[in-house]
Amino acid sequence: MAKESVLAVSKDVQSKFTDAVLGTAEHAGDHILIVHRDYVHDVLKFLKEEHHFIYLADIVAADRFTEDDRFEVIYNLMSLRDQHRIFVKTRVPEDNPVVPTATDIWKGANWNEREAYDMFGITFQGHPDPRRIFMPEDFKYHPLRKEFPLIGVPGSLELPNTNPDAE
Amino acid sequence: MSMDNTLGGDGFLTTKLDALVNWGRSNALWPMPMGLACCAIEMMAFAGPKYDAARFGSEVMRFSPRQSDVMIVAGWCTYKMSHAIRRVWDQMPDPKWCIAMGACASTGGMHRCYGVVQGVDNFLPVDVYISGCPPRPESLLNALMQIQEKIRNEHTLKLDA
Repeated sequence: MAKESVLAVSKDVQSKFTDAVLGTAEHAGDHILIVHRDYVHDVLKFLKEEHHFIYLADIVAADRFTEDDRFEVIYNLMSLRDQHRIFVKTRVPEDNPVVPTATDIWKGANWNEREAYDMFGITFQGHPDPRRIFMPEDFKYHPLRKEFPLIGVPGSLELPNTNPDAE
Repeated sequence: MSMDNTLGGDGFLTTKLDALVNWGRSNALWPMPMGLACCAIEMMAFAGPKYDAARFGSEVMRFSPRQSDVMIVAGWCTYKMSHAIRRVWDQMPDPKWCIAMGACASTGGMHRCYGVVQGVDNFLPVDVYISGCPPRPESLLNALMQIQEKIRNEHTLKLDA
């Protein structure tokens, strides 16, 4: 079977999901699809099932610090058969940062989504285990948000007791 | 020179107990290696044959805190790790000393960030700080000698009032 180019994949997605794709971009040899949040689950499923993107390399989030659509979730997909990548981006507003989970498509999305939730406070609807992954469970902040101070909030993380004999 | 001559021919010597105990302690400082990052590589060189910490009686890296005298915190320490380090420190028997090795252990260094403790002196009583990123093994030897010097000037006996 002939190799399929990533541009052909992009065209196919755009023809199947006419309302979903808000834009495309090329950067450093990578192809990026910007997809509306309501369709992102369908697009990801389509890419896996029809275009063999069986490997979810990464999910990252970004804080664009804009008025509208502040947060961005970026899926880094790879096709091992055709040896190319495609990036799928979706943007969510600050007051309702909810994205459907991709754990039902790739099981490996589990920890990536937990990380995005921990660092940015983006909720993944339908996630089987929506806990923080790095920070303590009672931590009140999302450290990679732009408004979070670089050095952290004093006293928000516990230091060990330095007087072990005292009750 | 035979032992008889050293001891003046009579088989005994007189000294202060402080001097004797401090001599023993300062020349057998067994390190607890708390290697957290790249400083640990320099710490290994410090223990190895070229820099040879054995000259100072510190060649036995003890991985049990119960057998250690000096903790070498080598590397950056996260808030999560700080609890484990303090626990190990609390398990070390007295008397004990602590070396903060490198910029990160001393001040947080380049890791000016929410997850990294800005200096292990926030939860450990540090005796000697070493600058450098990472410090050379000579610096660690120097820190060890500083601790030896500190021990030699200590009063080890406390008289009950």
